[in-house]
Amino acid sequence: MEFLVASAIGVMTAGGLYLVLRLRTFPVIMGMSLLTYAVNVFLFASGRLTIGAPPILMDAERYTDPLPQALVLTAIVISFGMTAVVVMIALGAYLGADDDHVDDPAPAKDGSEGAA
Amino acid sequence: MNHWIIAPIVLPAMLAPFIVLAARYHIGIQRVFSVAGVLALITIAAGLTWQASDGTVTLYQLSDWAAPFGIVLVGDRLSTMMVLLTAVLALFVLLYAIGSEWDNRGRHFHALFQFQLMGIMGAFLTGDLFNLFVFFEVLLIASYGLMIHAGGHVRLRAGVQYVLYNLLGSTLFLFALGALYAQTGTLNMADLAQRVAMIDAADTVGIRIASVMLLLVFAIKAALVPLHFWLPSSYAEAPAPVAALFAIMTKVGAYAIIRVYTLIFGPDVAVTEGLHGLWLMPLALVSLTVGMVGVLAARQLDRLVAFSVIGSMGMVMVSIALFTPTGIAAALYYIVHSTLAAGALFLITDLTRAGRSDLNLTAQPPVAGGPLTAAMFFVAAIAMAGLPPLSGFVGKLLILDAGFASGWVVWIWAVVLGSSLISVVGFSRAGSTLFWKARSVVVPSEVDDAEDFKSAENREARAGDDGSAVPSFLSYAAVSGLLALLVLHTVLAGPVYRFTEATSAQLFAPSRYLSTVLDTKGKLTRPKPEGYEDNHADDGHGTEDTGHGETKEEGH
Repeated sequence: MEFLVASAIGVMTAGGLYLVLRLRTFPVIMGMSLLTYAVNVFLFASGRLTIGAPPILMDAERYTDPLPQALVLTAIVISFGMTAVVVMIALGAYLGADDDHVDDPAPAKDGSEGAA
Repeated sequence: MNHWIIAPIVLPAMLAPFIVLAARYHIGIQRVFSVAGVLALITIAAGLTWQASDGTVTLYQLSDWAAPFGIVLVGDRLSTMMVLLTAVLALFVLLYAIGSEWDNRGRHFHALFQFQLMGIMGAFLTGDLFNLFVFFEVLLIASYGLMIHAGGHVRLRAGVQYVLYNLLGSTLFLFALGALYAQTGTLNMADLAQRVAMIDAADTVGIRIASVMLLLVFAIKAALVPLHFWLPSSYAEAPAPVAALFAIMTKVGAYAIIRVYTLIFGPDVAVTEGLHGLWLMPLALVSLTVGMVGVLAARQLDRLVAFSVIGSMGMVMVSIALFTPTGIAAALYYIVHSTLAAGALFLITDLTRAGRSDLNLTAQPPVAGGPLTAAMFFVAAIAMAGLPPLSGFVGKLLILDAGFASGWVVWIWAVVLGSSLISVVGFSRAGSTLFWKARSVVVPSEVDDAEDFKSAENREARAGDDGSAVPSFLSYAAVSGLLALLVLHTVLAGPVYRFTEATSAQLFAPSRYLSTVLDTKGKLTRPKPEGYEDNHADDGHGTEDTGHGETKEEGH
């Protein structure tokens, strides 16, 4: 199971990083989502992998560390909200400028940036 | 328990929804409540600073849960000083936003402003690393809204870059926290400090990776080269009052580095020894150079100021990277100076925009109010470039002095002094082109680029002001207030430096911090080994508690 979880985190992170380095907004946002999935699983695994054990100690020898689960919940909520915000802003930028490149446009001849 | 320490977080957190819900369509009421809130914040922050100034560490246990299990807020000299600085900067920025009508160009400026303050205050006060992450997100999501305030596609594009870069930073932060938790089983800063010190010297790979990832996250916030790419565009395109408030945001990164790398991964912790010292100092020196060369190379005033922020953060990081008590003390003095100076410069940039078609560093016809703006630019530029007699000079002197004892002395002196020269040239070129050469322009230059967003916005602003382009009295008053604070920071350099010295002494002797955080009683106080039986017999909570402790031992 360790191999499965570790490779899942690794593959998602690699894919996410590749997408984040793309030039256009949509792949970058997809990459961000992949990265947040990867980090969620990673956080989950940071409390050690235990199967079939309760997250609360009830006279049991085996139990799951509950704290990473709380951390993951917080992280999921935050990344969800952040993704929504970035999609809205990116849509605004795309519709406003009719261009969805992430980087700055090349400077115009008079040196003023921003003339798309 | 003293409840005042949570007030800087709760007050803006309550005020912001009130402004959204109750005063949605009344800009006047929003302004009154926003200013009143910030004034109250200043009072509370001053009180907290006063309380902490004798070395007291104030602890606030949320819901009375004891330290490693519950979230705690900690107010020591460093935290309260940064809280006070934020509140003071916020007041002048807010007054400027009101005076220049920036708050009326889009909706919900005041609510977002209060949320932003809540996030910053929380980041300064929290004693828990995951809570620090949460407050980073609070301040970031508010800053996303403020960053694109008043809209425009250029600003939105800069906003996308800013948001994406910071989202990447947040993801990296989570990776770092996960790695740290996997290694130590705790995220409370004081608890971490003790556990990291206990880690076996033979098994340091995990903790070293966590430590470096955490440093990267904070370096992104502090805009340390080569992680600074988000800053120039977003600060230059953000609305001026927002950019001025953002002057404190880079300092949040610097604060986090100071806090984490003195308390948890301190200079004498064996497992991370020599890890950050090796990289931080060269990168700080490169930041300083890149920032100041950027000042010289910038073609627009807003970019120039943004690069000067990178340069001054480089200066702060040079001093922090020494990791000596004098270095941190000098860095703290410079942090206050650089926040005020950068805030003032961003506001002055906006004043300069009045009556001009754009902010390109080209001569354009003189405008009414120009001389006053020019005088203010002169003062702020002197402060930022670090010329005598203002506090930039004092701060630089302190940093040079602190660097004297280190092995980097030749590099520090060469880069600090050389970059100062470059920035002086850059600022004087910009100032003379913008303000002096205006007299020599006879024919008004045509605004040929009709698509240009800034000129369009400017015309709109002028139309809104009934044709008058002169900034209001309140705008000038806000900027003068910041400049007066800079003068005060210079005049009172002695007492301020004594305070920062005491602050850094407290950071390098964290025993009081640790004992206050970990030994204060609350619900689920961590059982001492000898008191184990008592606690076990106590109630169900005690049982859960000890079990928890055992997991963490396994984690090593």
